[in-house]
Amino acid sequence: MIEKSIIELHELIKSGLLKPETLIDEVYENIAKYNDKYNAYITIRDKKDVLADLAMASDKKTSLLYGIPYSMKDAYLTKDVRTTAASAILEDFIPPYSATVYKKLQSAGALLIGKANLDAWGHGASTENNDFGPTKNPWDDSRVAGGSSGGSAAAIASSMCKFSIGEDTGGSIRNPSAWTNTTGLKVTYGRVSRYGAIAYASSFDTIGPMGGSAQDLAIILETIAGVDPYDATSSPEPVPNYLQGQTLKVGNLTIGMPKEMYSHGLDPEIKSSIEEATVEFKKIGVKVVDVSLPIAEIALAAYYLIAPSESSSNLARYDGMRYGKGRELFTTENIRRIMIGTYALSSGYYDAYYRKAQKVRTLLIQKYEDAFKKCDVLLMPVNPGMPPKFGQLVNDPIQNMLADIYTTSINQVGVPSLALPAGFSKSGLPIGMQLVGQKFAESTILNLGHKYQSVTHWHTRKPKL
Amino acid sequence: MNYALICGAEIHVELATKSKMFCGCKNDPFHAEKPNIYTCPVCLGLPGALPVPNKKAIEDCILIGLALGCTIAKVSKFDRKHYFYPDLPKGYQISQYDQPFCVGGQVETSFGPVQITRVHLEEDTAKLHHETLSVGAESARAVSLIDFNRSSVPLVEIVTEPDIHSAEQAKEFLKKVRDIIRGLGVSDCDMEKGTMRLEANISLAPVGEDPGVPPSLPPYKVEVKNINSFRFFAHALEYEKVRQGEILDKGETPLQQTLGWREAEGKTVVQRTKEGSADYRYFPDPDIPPIVISRQWVADIAKRLPELQSTKIDSLISMGIVESAAKIIVNNQVMMDYLEHVKILNPKYIQSAAKDMVNKKIDYKKLTPTDYIKNIESKNSEKITDPAVLTPLITKILQSNPQETPLNFLIGQLMKATSGKADPQVASKLITDLIN
Repeated sequence: MIEKSIIELHELIKSGLLKPETLIDEVYENIAKYNDKYNAYITIRDKKDVLADLAMASDKKTSLLYGIPYSMKDAYLTKDVRTTAASAILEDFIPPYSATVYKKLQSAGALLIGKANLDAWGHGASTENNDFGPTKNPWDDSRVAGGSSGGSAAAIASSMCKFSIGEDTGGSIRNPSAWTNTTGLKVTYGRVSRYGAIAYASSFDTIGPMGGSAQDLAIILETIAGVDPYDATSSPEPVPNYLQGQTLKVGNLTIGMPKEMYSHGLDPEIKSSIEEATVEFKKIGVKVVDVSLPIAEIALAAYYLIAPSESSSNLARYDGMRYGKGRELFTTENIRRIMIGTYALSSGYYDAYYRKAQKVRTLLIQKYEDAFKKCDVLLMPVNPGMPPKFGQLVNDPIQNMLADIYTTSINQVGVPSLALPAGFSKSGLPIGMQLVGQKFAESTILNLGHKYQSVTHWHTRKPKL
Repeated sequence: MNYALICGAEIHVELATKSKMFCGCKNDPFHAEKPNIYTCPVCLGLPGALPVPNKKAIEDCILIGLALGCTIAKVSKFDRKHYFYPDLPKGYQISQYDQPFCVGGQVETSFGPVQITRVHLEEDTAKLHHETLSVGAESARAVSLIDFNRSSVPLVEIVTEPDIHSAEQAKEFLKKVRDIIRGLGVSDCDMEKGTMRLEANISLAPVGEDPGVPPSLPPYKVEVKNINSFRFFAHALEYEKVRQGEILDKGETPLQQTLGWREAEGKTVVQRTKEGSADYRYFPDPDIPPIVISRQWVADIAKRLPELQSTKIDSLISMGIVESAAKIIVNNQVMMDYLEHVKILNPKYIQSAAKDMVNKKIDYKKLTPTDYIKNIESKNSEKITDPAVLTPLITKILQSNPQETPLNFLIGQLMKATSGKADPQVASKLITDLIN
């Protein structure tokens, strides 16, 4: 049942053919079977609490998300449900308040099952850099699931929830989505409130949905998007009907292929999968053109100055005087980023590092604007290679950073990007691609993704668990 | 050796807005029934909480800037200032670094102007209470408790140039700033409660031989904190002038230090010695978008400016009233109204009315301005014309001025002797007659 789309599940529940309790049972059975193996969840809620939530939501039966079980990356504050950011520092932290995104999903009648694993404080691309054990990839348990929202992606891939709320600062939704054959949306900065999301890098952090299809994500985004008086950076831009947006024609759209993103360093199997995808896009009437986006290396350098700078500041509150745990519990990767950020913000170095990186950011915005003059959407790889074996990234800090080469510029520019399945390698590992839109053009990329998924079936494939 | 005192002030003023700086919590730390009742995730600095700036506090800060003659920025922003302390739950204070709301103002004092470097807005910290507690059967132990009622209360910081050169000037300046802010109705500026807090940056410079050349800024600076009255501020300046002078006389340079003022002991004590300047790693707070301040917004805020005390004083002085009297009158609305009335009746009596009220020569609460003027005029008309009264006085004046003396001078002497009541025409005739 859980593999059906949200709309299908909603119809079944509405017609009485499916009880939400049955769906909950199915999810808990999968958790019992698979969570020890894949370690997708840090905290699993008591089933009776979930059933109590269901009873409370009886007035929300018309909502498309009523009775739909989901998970959240453990970076969101959930009142009375432990929230750790995958760090031992918050091992015992029970939040006294809830994130806006959690409240919105509660009022839509969706059911929180548990809190998904991540790299501690979002620092990483493999869900290995944490204090609760690594998340394993359901497609190959000797490999990472990606990160930092790796637990969310693995939970979806292994049917331990229908969807998840991830968080993307430099690729943290898209990277694990691509490596687990799931669909994930990095939203425009300001589209979804950050209130109650434990900050990694405040000016890049975005809250987005992860799930089985672009259609599912359209439903979730419509629920969680919108301005929030508790977040000064949330945008007053009206929230469109994304589901209805997926009925629009795409024949007038042009996809741009940035040639620099397909040059050296990219796994040839990923390149050929995306090239095959362009054939499908052309078939549905979309024009495909070559564009130039010469930014990858500078984008990565700027990202790894600004993000650690902001992170070093955001993590200052875990000063050992509060939350009961000391600073010695930060992981090696946390300490590395705190030190880099502290250094970049120090007087005498600020101009050379932080300020210069901000100038690069302005340059990136211009480069994207130039590219968008020739197309509506950019099509790019998500990851340079296949999901690595355990220890490959965590023991090689530079490789760990290079995993983000195609994703970080998008956070710096603030535009939305949809990661979706594009095929499989010969060895059977999933390959992802991303459709990058202009600011607040979630509707366009969700529509294009939906059209692609209507004519292809990569996204319906599930791993043998 | 002679030294010139060089002092800049930092004045913190807590705004009396209804809610706190970055959250909706009540801003009333001094009337709270108990600790930690006006708190929320934002002012407790909990994970995930975000600041949303209080528009009223921004307007109040700009209003203070306007009242101090500052230029208002077109674009401003908030920055994070990092340091670790138990009363600072986020590990940083949201403040303003290089783009404050207001820059470049000036406040006049009778010793010369004090330039205002900047006026910016930030959040206050929580308050630490160091107490001895015993819980149950436990023996008493020293504890430090934190009250977050004050955490994130809006705080305006006014920074001056090192233009203060005496304890007297400091007192006058500080009082003037306090009166201006009180007049705006944005803070009660209560030094005892701590809604107004003072810090002084003090150093001494040797006075050169040419008094026309101002002393150059010394290579060191001593910061004095915990000053909770204008008088103590003056005391601290006087104390430091002596202390630093003695060090300089020995050919040494005073240490770059942060001191605390202890009024009971009448001295400063070292709080910490700095090795170079502290690195707060300021950077723009990414949680708060930059604030664009339109000229229309500034104009709307400026409508709240009352006629300022200093402007009123200046206007009294321009009417010929001496400054010391003007300062007394400006604080007394009855006197102000009295003068206004006198001005309408006959402006030439304003100066004497001011003088007579201040010197308590008249009971201005009973005597109407109309009667006051009538009295003066009738007194003026009572001229002494009787030669029997005037002649002995003239004779005396002539005896003490045996040499040839101008007539006007002699009349002047006579006026002095008769408190101006001698009739000038009669006097002139009598003097001429007596000389001849």
